[in-house]
Amino acid sequence: MTTAEMLSLSAFLEGHFAQAFPSFGSERTGAPVVAYARIDDKEVRTHEPIREPDVVLVQDRTLLSAVDVFGGLKKDNGFVVINTEETPEQVAPELVKSLPQGHVLTLPATRFAMEKLGAPRPGAAMLAALAAATGVLKLESVQQSFQTRYPGKVGDANAETAKLAYDFVIEQKNK
Amino acid sequence: MDNNQKGLEQIEGSLGVAKAVALARPGVVCAYPISPQTHIVENVGKFVKGGALKNCEFLNVESEFSAMSVAIGSSAGGARTYTATASQGLLYMVEGIYNASGLGLPIVMTVASRAIGAPINIWNDHSDSLSQRDSGWLQLFCESNQDAVDTHIMAFKIAETVGLPVMVCMDGFVLTHAFERLQLPSQEQVDAFLPEYQPREFLDPKEPISMGAMVDPDAFTEVRFLQQRKMVKALDVIEKVTKEYREITGSKSGGLLDCYNCDGADLKLIILGSTVGTAKDAIDELQAQGNKVGIISLKSFRPFPYEALRAAIGDTKNVVVVERAFSFGARGIIAPEVERACKGMGTHISTALCGLGGRAIYGTTIKDVVAYAQAGKFQEEFTWFDINSAVLNRYLKDSEGITLPDGPLAESQLCESVRKVLA
Repeated sequence: MTTAEMLSLSAFLEGHFAQAFPSFGSERTGAPVVAYARIDDKEVRTHEPIREPDVVLVQDRTLLSAVDVFGGLKKDNGFVVINTEETPEQVAPELVKSLPQGHVLTLPATRFAMEKLGAPRPGAAMLAALAAATGVLKLESVQQSFQTRYPGKVGDANAETAKLAYDFVIEQKNK
Repeated sequence: MDNNQKGLEQIEGSLGVAKAVALARPGVVCAYPISPQTHIVENVGKFVKGGALKNCEFLNVESEFSAMSVAIGSSAGGARTYTATASQGLLYMVEGIYNASGLGLPIVMTVASRAIGAPINIWNDHSDSLSQRDSGWLQLFCESNQDAVDTHIMAFKIAETVGLPVMVCMDGFVLTHAFERLQLPSQEQVDAFLPEYQPREFLDPKEPISMGAMVDPDAFTEVRFLQQRKMVKALDVIEKVTKEYREITGSKSGGLLDCYNCDGADLKLIILGSTVGTAKDAIDELQAQGNKVGIISLKSFRPFPYEALRAAIGDTKNVVVVERAFSFGARGIIAPEVERACKGMGTHISTALCGLGGRAIYGTTIKDVVAYAQAGKFQEEFTWFDINSAVLNRYLKDSEGITLPDGPLAESQLCESVRKVLA
């Protein structure tokens, strides 16, 4: 949920309208959780859950075999970012085939978070990867969102995690 | 200029409401946690502890019954008083709720609307707030978090002007847990709008008075008449206070009701709460296809704005009320009120029961309601609209040997299914 919140805050910081909300289950650590976010240039009025996302961020790759995480994803122009050490072809070969080239990305977001933050919180890395892959957000906004929400050390460490992830994805893109 | 400079914030609805409550400078806030309300009072508690909200006593109590009892005591003592609750918590405070209105205490309380158990369900519908229809409180519904922020501030002024308590009803989770862009008014604006609370009559050890004495049959009816009179007065007060607030802040929130796309619409939907925004988007898409549908967002459920609603419906003959609660053994709760408002106008009014216990109301649900209405399929007063017969039939087939068809189920189909088994 924090990642969705930070996504909406990043978009807000860039002057957009944004909305984020959890899937309202009984949230508990370790259980699968879905959170939604919308970005628009006009007021977001709807309060319906998202059934046809443009982007899916998978923060834990073990969900791929447990939940239909890609249900409803827009096939013509959708993006998927998966937190894993493996390549897109290894973790989601079918998806790689069905989406445009470069629209399925993987990155070791948890490793980046452990390195900079010392905790397995991949949110900043995931959002930075989204920024690098799609250009819908700037890296600076992602960094600023964490620094706004968690002023001090935690925010700064998240900003560094974001930079690592951003550079990683840009490098993959340029290969 | 970026969003931060414009005084805008991207925050959770609960935090926005907590900030709004703090801007109203309450003297007493009492709190007992229950989802999905808890974040609101938690945040108010932080403001008190951190010194951002001064001259406010924040009381952790041991139950909702105590929360309402403390609220009654502090309001009777002359303090601007706030609390919040939901679902079972609201029901647990009911005895106090009726006393608060009977005593004419201007308490403001958030109800983060949520279904009532059993079966236990933590998700949003309107069965908790609407269960307090006859409690003597004003009930104001919010369609967005911005509306919730503004309505809370207005609620204090409305309550204190009328001399009755106000429930601000906002959809649990859907609004309370959503992060949206909010424009909080400044403290100066709120201070100009809402002066320090000056209770007309309050408990003071130096000048003792008695409140809440027994009233015998000689005067009880008359006391109730006067209470009802305050409710009628509230209709004007809500409009007047909304106008003042809008002038000071530039907000578009509040009011008795709000019309969207209503001019010349052949069909109007009446909706309460967060579904209004979803429906506006859906209706805009229909409009682009040349299909004009109006939405009436009903903000004030108590007092019920019969005259304003009659005017808002006008000569539209087809009206569907999207209801998120119903009355067991009867039908919709809101549609009968709409019938009263439209008496003699020849309006066809029906209920589409949707969104119970957190079942999401999508834009497609609204478009389905519209298509159903325009095809003349709402023949009856009450229809279970987004019901899943497959789930029902899994039970009914084995237990009673019958099945129900797919799609919306009208009241008569339910009745028929019972008769079939009895026969």
